[in-house]
Amino acid sequence: MKLLRDTWLVFGRYFGLFIRNPAWVALGVLQPLLYLVLFAPLLKSIASAPGFPSGGAYNVFVPGLLVQLGMFGAAGVGFSLVSELRMGVIERLRVTPVSRVSLLLGRALRDMVSIVVQSLILILLSLPFGLSIHPFGVVVVLALIALIGLLTASIAYAVALWARNENTYASIIFTATLPILLLSGVLLPLGLAPQWLRNIAALNPLSYAVDAARAVFNDHLSDPSVTKGVAIMLVLSIVAIVIGARSFGRAVA
Amino acid sequence: MFKTRKRVVEAVAGVDLSVRRGEIFGFLGPNGAGKTTTLRMLATLLPPSGGAASVAGCDLQTQAGRIRERIGYVGQAGGSDPEITGRRELVFQARLYGMSLGAAQKRAAELITMLELEICADRAAKTYSGGQKRRLDIGLGLVHDPQLLFLDEPTTGLDPQSRARVWDEVRRMHDRGTTVFLTTHYLDEADALCDRIAIIDYGKIVAEGTPEELKRAVAGDVVTLTVAGDQQRALDVIKDEPFVREAKLDEGSVLLYVDRGEVAMPAILRLLDTKGLTLQTIGLHRPSLDDVFLRQTGRSLRETAA
Repeated sequence: MKLLRDTWLVFGRYFGLFIRNPAWVALGVLQPLLYLVLFAPLLKSIASAPGFPSGGAYNVFVPGLLVQLGMFGAAGVGFSLVSELRMGVIERLRVTPVSRVSLLLGRALRDMVSIVVQSLILILLSLPFGLSIHPFGVVVVLALIALIGLLTASIAYAVALWARNENTYASIIFTATLPILLLSGVLLPLGLAPQWLRNIAALNPLSYAVDAARAVFNDHLSDPSVTKGVAIMLVLSIVAIVIGARSFGRAVA
Repeated sequence: MFKTRKRVVEAVAGVDLSVRRGEIFGFLGPNGAGKTTTLRMLATLLPPSGGAASVAGCDLQTQAGRIRERIGYVGQAGGSDPEITGRRELVFQARLYGMSLGAAQKRAAELITMLELEICADRAAKTYSGGQKRRLDIGLGLVHDPQLLFLDEPTTGLDPQSRARVWDEVRRMHDRGTTVFLTTHYLDEADALCDRIAIIDYGKIVAEGTPEELKRAVAGDVVTLTVAGDQQRALDVIKDEPFVREAKLDEGSVLLYVDRGEVAMPAILRLLDTKGLTLQTIGLHRPSLDDVFLRQTGRSLRETAA
């Protein structure tokens, strides 16, 4: 009960800060939109290549973009935490009886909401390009992206609390996210990849999320890869929340 | 109010002190002496690697949660967000202590009146003056009317007028029965505001007591003088005289601790004259906390704090 109340309070604070700056939503959508306009057309000509999944270029590419949005959109959230550490905000909150889990979860849920909104905008903007998706599929995909956002944000906060300055934080986050994204088949399906690359990708949890998202966009909602992708993201999110909350408990400003 | 026994190797070692209920206790020392570290440990922000402490009647190792309900803490950086209005921050803070929205709004309004923040309460904190921001930060530490309030360098960086306002605020808390534990590297602040003081240096308490007791411990008077040329010569001439209890060079002048200044001064003048040294300045003053610090640590707090 206290956990829910505290989480709601913390969420309210950060959501309030967020909606005062709606430009961030637009900026978050801008990058995937550029991919959609400037990169996706290239895929049309290789959609017939062997190893490229069926369903049309956009139905293959947009799920990857959404996963990328979920991860990149949440990877940068630690910057604001670093500046709050410097301003003493985190120390001030930690000296109150507020739940440490709520300090993490309230913020991460705000990030999750922002990513879901951005994802929805991206899906709607993709429709004119030839994307087709079942409304229920949209719900499943948004849930999956929400989990990716929650997972990434929780880890990003833990890293920020550990790094305590922008430069260290940025180098860790950007060094880590790039290989994870490349090895998940976000831009091009891993079906095109040589076997060794596919073997490495199989160790990357995010590649299962991409598989799940693509299956949903191909109307294969009952495909086992969907359940598998969602389950993996769910378990990892819980682990990340625990790690993030522990970091808030220990944080030293 | 609490007792602590700490043996932490790096930042703080040998801090052993007790603060009484309802007093203003000052922790005086240069930057890096371990003041903030000690305060953070007592405020449950930093786990001590050893030792024991009782804060507001609760054990620091096992009852951190209960301590948090009873204490307020205002860090050096403050803790308010520049994008949020003072009123919203106060309401949010009050709700974190379990108050309903209505009670939190009422409490925020009380604090805004008390701290005279009416004109800026509904503006984002980034528009506040230094003094307004500091008062808001103090308000955030007071929302739940804590028994014990920690203030980490509450007046550092403030102009003299804002500083006086903060002092008034601290005295008002004291009048309401709140125990205040503050750190400072300003001697005049410790002297004017605190009931009792502990002087900390390199993570160790070097003196503890009321400002008067500490000053009395530096017996007698302090004579400061400079001569033309090398001060060391003047020091060598005077230091072995019977009326001098202690003599040293400090910031380019000769510092003498003597029993009775009014008797020592004529003797000093005669002595320097016979040795052919030209006196340039001479002063006599009652010992200050800086003299206490100098006696205990061998360094002046003024030069260390700069």
